[in-house]
Amino acid sequence: MSLAADVRVDRGPLTVELDLEVADGEVLAVLGPNGAGKSTLLRVLAGLLPPDDGRVAVGRDTWDDVPAGVHVPAHERRLGMVFQDHLLFPHLSVTDNVAFGLRTRGVRRPAARAAAAEWLARVGIAELGDRRPGRLSGGQAQRAALARALVGEPALLLLDEPLSALDARTRLTVRAELRRHLADFPGSTVLVTHDPVDAMALADRVVVVEEGHVVQAGTPADVSRHPRTDYVARLVGLALLPGTGEGTTVRLDGGGRVAVAEETAGPVFVAVRPESVALWTTRPEGSPRNVWPARLVSATPHGSTVRCELDGEVALVADVTATAFAELGLAPGAPVWASVKASDVAVYAR
Amino acid sequence: MGTVRRRGREPGVPVPLLVPAVLAVAFLVLPLAGLVIRAPWGELGPQLTSPAVGQALRLSLVSATAATGLSLVLGVPLAWVLARSRARGRSVLRALVTVPLVLPPVVGGVALFLVLGRQGIVGRWLDQALDVTVPFTTTAVVIAETFVAMPFLVISVEGALRAADARFEDAAATLGADRWTTFRRVTLPLVAPGIAAGAVLCWARALGEFGATITFAGNFPGTTQTMPLAVYLALQQDPDAAIVLSLVLLVVSVATLLLLRDRWLTRAVR
Repeated sequence: MSLAADVRVDRGPLTVELDLEVADGEVLAVLGPNGAGKSTLLRVLAGLLPPDDGRVAVGRDTWDDVPAGVHVPAHERRLGMVFQDHLLFPHLSVTDNVAFGLRTRGVRRPAARAAAAEWLARVGIAELGDRRPGRLSGGQAQRAALARALVGEPALLLLDEPLSALDARTRLTVRAELRRHLADFPGSTVLVTHDPVDAMALADRVVVVEEGHVVQAGTPADVSRHPRTDYVARLVGLALLPGTGEGTTVRLDGGGRVAVAEETAGPVFVAVRPESVALWTTRPEGSPRNVWPARLVSATPHGSTVRCELDGEVALVADVTATAFAELGLAPGAPVWASVKASDVAVYAR
Repeated sequence: MGTVRRRGREPGVPVPLLVPAVLAVAFLVLPLAGLVIRAPWGELGPQLTSPAVGQALRLSLVSATAATGLSLVLGVPLAWVLARSRARGRSVLRALVTVPLVLPPVVGGVALFLVLGRQGIVGRWLDQALDVTVPFTTTAVVIAETFVAMPFLVISVEGALRAADARFEDAAATLGADRWTTFRRVTLPLVAPGIAAGAVLCWARALGEFGATITFAGNFPGTTQTMPLAVYLALQQDPDAAIVLSLVLLVVSVATLLLLRDRWLTRAVR
């Protein structure tokens, strides 16, 4: 039942060209910024949008084959989809929402409602079956939407930003539950998100999509440790600097040099964690081997730290404690010195 | 009314706007007030229970309801096509559909007569093949009213369909519902309030229809003489009867407004 999709869709200025394979029981996260073509991909897989070229196949069934003129409409595909804001039908009770997909496929009402009730119990909202969706909390609606998508035993499960409509606390519990349900699901799952935490927590494999194309693919750990584009690096909180390794120094493509702990050669990425960047109002003396003059672009509080975006010879992101930030007395635009220990710099081949 | 104050806005209405606004209200309300004041309240009972009034009222209610039913059966699908289909020429179609909104009803009546009259393109065939004559029958009243009133329903339902979130229909498709099932089980319930509002509007318009009806259906008591026609006729013979009939139509209109109040008036105030 595995998914194999290789499609092209022209969306005005953006051309989405993606080639994906998802095995049975595997969860693939498609991670990317807004407008990267993630939602377009899901609509194509769901059959809501015919691709301009390419093929989509699930197991032995071909759903789209543009050269051969095959397009199976959405309602004939065995799939379940969870939409961003759940899209539970407001005029039906929660049970009838979950039973909807079974009823359209010819299951009799009592049997469909019984199956729906069973799924509501599985997602932990058995007692809410008689309610209208309007009277559910965000987390409850998400659970109902998941039950509605899974009750028909689909071959393919599509999740469109499934957690983005939830507040931070609910998100944590619902994410953990979702992970459990995805582990039990025997078919292929494609999860679209712009939140790296969701991708890392839920997926077996991550593809990063920018401007309609895959820019990086790998396991969540691999992608977060070795980002290959600025976007991924920013997502996981790293400053990503391309350069050329020359022994224990890297000459950066954007100008400047970085001292690193291990010897490298040829094209490399240098990644700097924001918490390993220290800020000074005067040039620091002594041990750190990497010191750059910079300018503060913006400062955003994150809990007890302040994330400072720096501009200069080397673009960096620094996390400093709120106290330290206050002591520095920095305003946006102010000149600063940034320092990083060579041993805190990660370097890997491009 | 009273002054509505909003935060951040200067209170009060400038005089150049206030004076015309008050005049407009007077212009709209005074004639209705005159109708109520001049009504022969004493003979209201006998007038209302006279067979002629009852006949006209019954015919009006029946034909307006039939016209609304016909408009629903034909107009809701048309509204769906205008709102949802991706066919080319939709804007032309919409323009054609809305022509009866701006067309003088008399012209509509003439046009209907030319098509469905005994010598008309369709009417001749109906007459010869099926021995059916449409003009000057109650059927003609319903057709004339439908012609004039259906666009109100179509426009209103199309607006409701556009305002409804089409992604619910996507969700239904991913749950195995074809477009017809989706329409019945998802779209229709979602836009039901819009359809109801459109139907009420359509019904009110059909009830007040005069020009197309008198042109195409004539003015025969019992078969084609609806309330507006009876009012017009009565005004020339028995003004008091005309006032009473008008009063009845006024009451029906106000009742229609009250039915729509929750949907439109409250929204306009918000």
